[in-house]
Amino acid sequence: MSENRMAIRQVELEVLRYNPETDDEPKFQRYSVPCKNEWCILDALNYLKDNLDPTLSYRWSCHMQVCGSCGMMINGEPKLACKAMVRDYAGVIRIEPLSHFPIERDLVAVADDFMAKLKRVKPYLIPGEKRSLADGEYQQTPEQLARYRKYAMCINCMLCYAACPEYGLTPKFIGPGAISLAHRYNQDSRDGGRDLRQEEIATNEGVWECTFVGACSEVCPKHVDPASALQQVKVASTVDWYLEHFMSWVKK
Amino acid sequence: METIQTDVAIIGAGGAGLRAAIALAQADPKLRIALISKVYPMRSHTCAAEGGAAGVIKADDSMKQHFDDTVGGGDWLSDQDAVEYFIHEAPKELTQLEHWGCPWNREADGSVAVRPFGGMKIQRTWFAADKSGFHILHTLFQTSLQFDNIQRYDEFFATDLLVDDGRCQGLTAIEMRSGQMRCFLAGAVIIAGGGAGRMFPFNTNGAIKTGDGMALAYRAGVPLKDMEFVQYHPTGLPNTGTLLTEACRGEGGVLLNKDGYRFLQDYGMGPETPLGKPVLKTMELGPRDRVSQSIWHEIRKGRAVKTPWGDCVWLDMRHLGEKKINERLPFVRDISISYLGVDPVTDMVPIRPVVHYMMGGIHTDINAATPLPGLFAAGECACVSINGANRLGSNSLVEILVFGHRAGLSALEHARGVGRSSEAALSAQAEAAQGRVRALFMRNAGKESIAGLRKEMTDTMEEGAGIYRTQEGLAKTCDKLSELRRRYADVALHDKTNVYNTDLLSALELGSMLDCAEAVAVSGRERRESRGAHQRLDFTARDDANYLRHSLAHYRGSEPPNIDYRDVVITTSPPGVRDYSGAKK
Repeated sequence: MSENRMAIRQVELEVLRYNPETDDEPKFQRYSVPCKNEWCILDALNYLKDNLDPTLSYRWSCHMQVCGSCGMMINGEPKLACKAMVRDYAGVIRIEPLSHFPIERDLVAVADDFMAKLKRVKPYLIPGEKRSLADGEYQQTPEQLARYRKYAMCINCMLCYAACPEYGLTPKFIGPGAISLAHRYNQDSRDGGRDLRQEEIATNEGVWECTFVGACSEVCPKHVDPASALQQVKVASTVDWYLEHFMSWVKK
Repeated sequence: METIQTDVAIIGAGGAGLRAAIALAQADPKLRIALISKVYPMRSHTCAAEGGAAGVIKADDSMKQHFDDTVGGGDWLSDQDAVEYFIHEAPKELTQLEHWGCPWNREADGSVAVRPFGGMKIQRTWFAADKSGFHILHTLFQTSLQFDNIQRYDEFFATDLLVDDGRCQGLTAIEMRSGQMRCFLAGAVIIAGGGAGRMFPFNTNGAIKTGDGMALAYRAGVPLKDMEFVQYHPTGLPNTGTLLTEACRGEGGVLLNKDGYRFLQDYGMGPETPLGKPVLKTMELGPRDRVSQSIWHEIRKGRAVKTPWGDCVWLDMRHLGEKKINERLPFVRDISISYLGVDPVTDMVPIRPVVHYMMGGIHTDINAATPLPGLFAAGECACVSINGANRLGSNSLVEILVFGHRAGLSALEHARGVGRSSEAALSAQAEAAQGRVRALFMRNAGKESIAGLRKEMTDTMEEGAGIYRTQEGLAKTCDKLSELRRRYADVALHDKTNVYNTDLLSALELGSMLDCAEAVAVSGRERRESRGAHQRLDFTARDDANYLRHSLAHYRGSEPPNIDYRDVVITTSPPGVRDYSGAKK
């Protein structure tokens, strides 16, 4: 917390601009922004919009790494603009919308595909045993909670999709974020919907598309570790297959 | 203009809007529900709430105690019939969320764990680490995905309500992706648009919290209630305003002045409690208004910690140890390190009070109904009022559930009983709304900038309508806001294109904020007493004889609002003294 956090330096931002109404293709626009050392990239963009160019469009809200709005490519890496600090970058900083998604406008990516995939994996509790409100809460020990809590931390920021080479090549791949959330419910002691979700995720468009590059886990701002979720789903689905084909008398 | 026919339209897809949508979808699978939000549901600001949600479940607790804490915490401005309904519904709603998968923290035996919170005499706050709001929002959003009759309109900005034959029958909204205006015709409309904290310069609120829902209702003739009550949260990071949850203190964090002295004992919240052993409703577990006001006084007495971002006090959590901080307050640690470069495990964190929450909002009754038939409201944008003059931490996450649910059912009941009055009249209103946005587009000569007006607005709000207020300061702020609202007519857009035009969005949001800000300042100027979060240096005492009443601000176009009053509902708890000293026990 030293005084030099307030120091100001001119930072060159190279920002991708694209307006489907007026542009044939995306182009970069250069801005010189006086940035405080303590700023995140989002602060720099907000300065830019308020003072230099009100026509730039991007999404943001919470400025505290939890709403998931401000995912973008910063020097080629998917980042939350509110988590990437200006002081960690030297030279020109290049800012683009998230890779692998169509561009709606400037830094705004089209999120339709992710939203559709999220719905497809049934990311909600399908109770194993029904309870009424009068029965009170399900019992769940801290250990049972720990089995899925990490996967419940997903903020839907889509950085993992922008990092995933498989998703870039094969857009039908359900992808790391949605599969992690399916896995989150599969791992929940209250849930009984695993078979329904496996129909979506233990498939060629699901986990078997993943080649375990692990980029998803590296870029995840919430340490959800989607790669481990995908691996666990693969193992579970392999076990399912063996049980079904060789040991069909054993109950899964 | 494309017209969308629906049974119930909901504006806002945060906690309250989603809860309403699910209640409607469950009540009738054939019902058409339009869930309209300027952001994707999971971006809503419910996600930023950290601490937790209060509901009586433990054997040592009782409804009476939650009632007393809430009513006393609200400095007796809460409507007590609404509070009774609220506390009885709270445990049901929290259990319902548990059944939908919310990852509440647990005791070793598997039951839901509760934590202590400011102003609550018993531990009753359900929590999911320090990301309670995030988990509540995502649980609701994900649950909503199983209902095909919830039709979402993500990134649609609502501009106007359609009112004909004395009742609300729809709205217009701009689809951000195309820039096109859409007309929604509905049997009932629910506003769940959140608060308006962005009218202040230093706040915990996300960029989206610009009072759009409040402004929609206000302009349609529904009064805004108790707008002068703006909550300051005691512990914001001094540079970004980022919230450090009250659970920091609930778990045992303490507040120190520059001399390392726990100053809250000088402000009626002592005697000092042992370090690491917080005592409920005492010292650091006093209510937010009292704690924030004490920090302000301590700074005025010259005992502040000087930082590059202004005068602060210390929040010391070091004695909690790394294990407890990681387990209970992991997010607090993360954001302190990334924005301030301070690790609460090894260092004290400088903090200062920061605008956090609007107790006031759209005037609703216990059924979440506004005085305009067909229009309902819930969540921070509404004022039922359960929060009175000061909300207790961990009541708002429950409020969005209880009154979101209620709003859904009330809207359904209304929608079933009515038909459209005249589609022609409603269409004409929609066309007029579109015309106003077009005029903003066409305006070329404007000399005012959005960012410039916004800065003048936030500055005057802090100066005159901040944590301590005077007649003179408020009057100046009222005048300034009148001027800014006039000058707003001279805003011209730089961006005249249609697709995802955030220049247009910022202009509309500024308009919402200016209207709401004026309601705050004028209501504050007229309340010549100190109560809860409304503190006057010139009228320092609570004045029940004149002001045990809700203020109602009525919109009057370009003129400042007219203020009138309405009695508080008192059922069992006559106004008393708010005592947060340890001596009372």
